[in-house]
Amino acid sequence: MGKTLFDKIWNSHIVKSIPDGPSVLYVDKHFIHEVTSPQAFSGLEKRGLKVFRPKQVVATADHNVPTHDQHLPIKDELSRIQVKQLVDNCANHDIELYGLGHPYQGIVHVIGPELGITQPGMTIVCGDSHTSTHGAFGSIAFGIGTSEVEMVLGTQCLLQNKPKQMRINIEGRLQKGVVSKDIILYIISKLSSSGATGHFIEFAGEAIRALSMEARMTICNMSIEMGAKGGLIAPDKKTFDYIRNRRFAPVGNDWDEKLEKWKKLFTDKDPVFDCEVNINASDIEPMITYGTNPGLGIAINNAIPELDSIDDEGEQQNFMKALGYMNFRPGKSLIGTPIHHVFIGSCTNSRIEDLRLVASVIKGKKKSEHVSVMVVPGSQQVARQVYAEGLDKIFIAAGFEIRQPGCSACLGMNEDKIPEGEYCVSTSNRNFEGRQGRGARTLLASPLTAAAAAITGVITDVRELMEADDCR
Amino acid sequence: MDIIRSTYYPLPIENVDTDQIIPARFLKATTRDGFGENLFRDWRYKSGDSNKPISDFVLNLPQYKGEILVAGKNFGCGSSREHAAWSLLDFGFKVIVSSFFADIFKSNALNNGLLPVQVSDSFLKKIFALDSTALLTVTLETQTIVIEESGETETFEINNYKKTCLLNGYDDMDYLLSQIKQIEAFEALQKLVPIN
Ligand code: SF4
Repeated sequence: MGKTLFDKIWNSHIVKSIPDGPSVLYVDKHFIHEVTSPQAFSGLEKRGLKVFRPKQVVATADHNVPTHDQHLPIKDELSRIQVKQLVDNCANHDIELYGLGHPYQGIVHVIGPELGITQPGMTIVCGDSHTSTHGAFGSIAFGIGTSEVEMVLGTQCLLQNKPKQMRINIEGRLQKGVVSKDIILYIISKLSSSGATGHFIEFAGEAIRALSMEARMTICNMSIEMGAKGGLIAPDKKTFDYIRNRRFAPVGNDWDEKLEKWKKLFTDKDPVFDCEVNINASDIEPMITYGTNPGLGIAINNAIPELDSIDDEGEQQNFMKALGYMNFRPGKSLIGTPIHHVFIGSCTNSRIEDLRLVASVIKGKKKSEHVSVMVVPGSQQVARQVYAEGLDKIFIAAGFEIRQPGCSACLGMNEDKIPEGEYCVSTSNRNFEGRQGRGARTLLASPLTAAAAAITGVITDVRELMEADDCR
Repeated sequence: MDIIRSTYYPLPIENVDTDQIIPARFLKATTRDGFGENLFRDWRYKSGDSNKPISDFVLNLPQYKGEILVAGKNFGCGSSREHAAWSLLDFGFKVIVSSFFADIFKSNALNNGLLPVQVSDSFLKKIFALDSTALLTVTLETQTIVIEESGETETFEINNYKKTCLLNGYDDMDYLLSQIKQIEAFEALQKLVPIN
C-alpha cells in the first residue's frame, strides 16, 4: 500500500503519539498576525514562558491595518493598540516582524510564499483559517485558534488527530475565461461548504499541474471553505523554480539537499484515500456565488436553483434565508444584475498574476460610472510590481482606486467596508452575511469576472468582453 | 465540567459561521474578556451598532435562558477566530449542541472548556420541537445528552484524551510543556535548521 504525500509529511513530523489520543505534531513555520496573537502572548507570559523557537516564527500586520496613509499613525484607537501590541510582543520575544512600513509587509498568506519562507514538506500553521494557502507548495498547512497559537509559541508543537484524506483529481483542460478561482468555486459548489470537514485534501491531475504556483495557491486557499483542514498539491518543477532565489530560499549545498528531499514528495502508486472525487476541467465555467456561503455558487450563465431542486429541509431553509439576505429569487439568472462595488484583493486573489488578469480585461476601458472599484495588492512587493509593470496606469485610467496592502474589505475589520444592502463582486473567499460590512451583499468570483463586472456595472460573462476584444 | 442540566436557546439555522457569532469589527480587543456583549451582534441588535435589540432573535426572547445553545448543522464554520468560543462562553454558554461542527471551531471550543455535543439530525429535530421550559442534561462522564421530559437519550463522541482533560481541568499546553525534552530530542534528530 502506497503512502500519500500527506502521510509522508505528517509521519516525519510526529514527535510522539498518545495511545488512544492525539499526536504531538512538530511545526516548522509559524506565521502570526495582530488579531489572533495578543491573547496567546499574554497566556505565555502568564505562565512565565518565552517563545520556544522565535526563529521559526514570522509576523506581519495585515487584518486590521488601514489601506491608505500607512505612514501615518493608525487613526482607530483599538486597531492602533492591537498593532502596537504585535510590535511589542515581537520585540520582547525576538520575532521577525514585517509590520506596517516594512517592505515585506502584506497579507500573511501572500508574503510567506513570496519570501520563500513557505517550502515543500513543511508543517506550517497560523492563527488564520486560510493558512491552507501554503499547501500549494506541498506542505501541511492549516489554521489554528489562539490557544493553539500559544501552544506553538511555547513548544513549537500541537496536539493533533490525523485527519481523513481526500483526493480531488481534475483532469482535462480549462476553457477560455476560466481560471483557478472558478475551479475551486466549482468544487465547493459540488461538495458544499461542509463537504470536506475532517479531511485533508490533495488536489491532483492534469489541470492542477498546468496551473502556475499563484493559481495553485488560490485553490488551496479556499479548501477551508468546504470545511477541509487544509489542501495540498505535490511540488514539481514549477514549485522549485518559484522558490529558487527568493529571499529565504535555501542556497548552495543547502538548496541541493533540500531539492533532493522535495523531489520525493508525491503520493505513491496505490495510495488509500478515504474519499476520491473526479472532476473534468472542461465542465467548469466562470463561476459566481449567489448566496451567503461559498458553496452556493453557479456557472455564471446558469440560473439560481429552484427551491424544489433541493432535497433536504434544512438546506431549503438555508437557501431561502441566503436568498432573502441577497435579495435574489430562485430560478433567476444573475446576468445583468446591477452591482455597486468591486473588491479586488484578499489572500485568495491579490497576487501579481491576479492583478495582471484584471488588467488584461480592463485595459483601455473605463469602469461603469455607478460602480466603485478597489484594488488592494496582497503585499508591498506585489504593490511595487504593479507600479513596475505599469499596471497602475491601467487601473487608474479605468477609474479603479489602488490601495495599500492588507486584508481590507475581505473581512470588514477596518474602515474598508461595503455599505448595507449594496452588492459587491469580490475576489475574496467568503460571502457570509456581513462579512464585508453589516448588511453587505457579496458575490464571490474570479479576478476576470470581477473585472468584467467593474466595466459593465452588471454581472457579466467575462468571455463576452474577451471575445469583443479578440475581434477588435 | 461534568454535568450540565439546563434549559436551552434554540437557533435552528444551518451553517452558522464565525462571522455571525462574532463579526470581525469586534475582534480588536487584546484580552479574552467581554466578547459576550457582541455575540451574534448583527442578528441581535439593529444596525448602526445602536444596541437596540432585534426583538424576535432568540437571545432577546425573555422565555429563553440557560447554559446550552442548540444550533443547526455545520455550526462554527469559517474563520479560525477563537473569539467565537470566547464570546459564547462569556455570554454564559457551557455546551453547544448541533448535528455537525466545523473542525477549527470544535477544537477552539474544547481548548476553552466549551463542550460541543454532536447529535443526530433526528435528535436535533426533537430538541427543536420542545418548548422553552424543557430541560436538557449533558453528562460528559457518560457522554450522554438526555431530554428530561421524555427521557430520550443519545450518546455523543468525544476524544478520550480531550475528555480526560476536560474532566480534570488541564489543557494541551500543560501536556506539551511536559514533553519539551522529547521535542528537543526530535529537533536534534531532524537536524532542524531554522530557515530565517
Ligand atoms: S485576506 Fe481575508 S481571508 Fe485572507 S487572511 Fe485576510 S481576512 Fe483572512
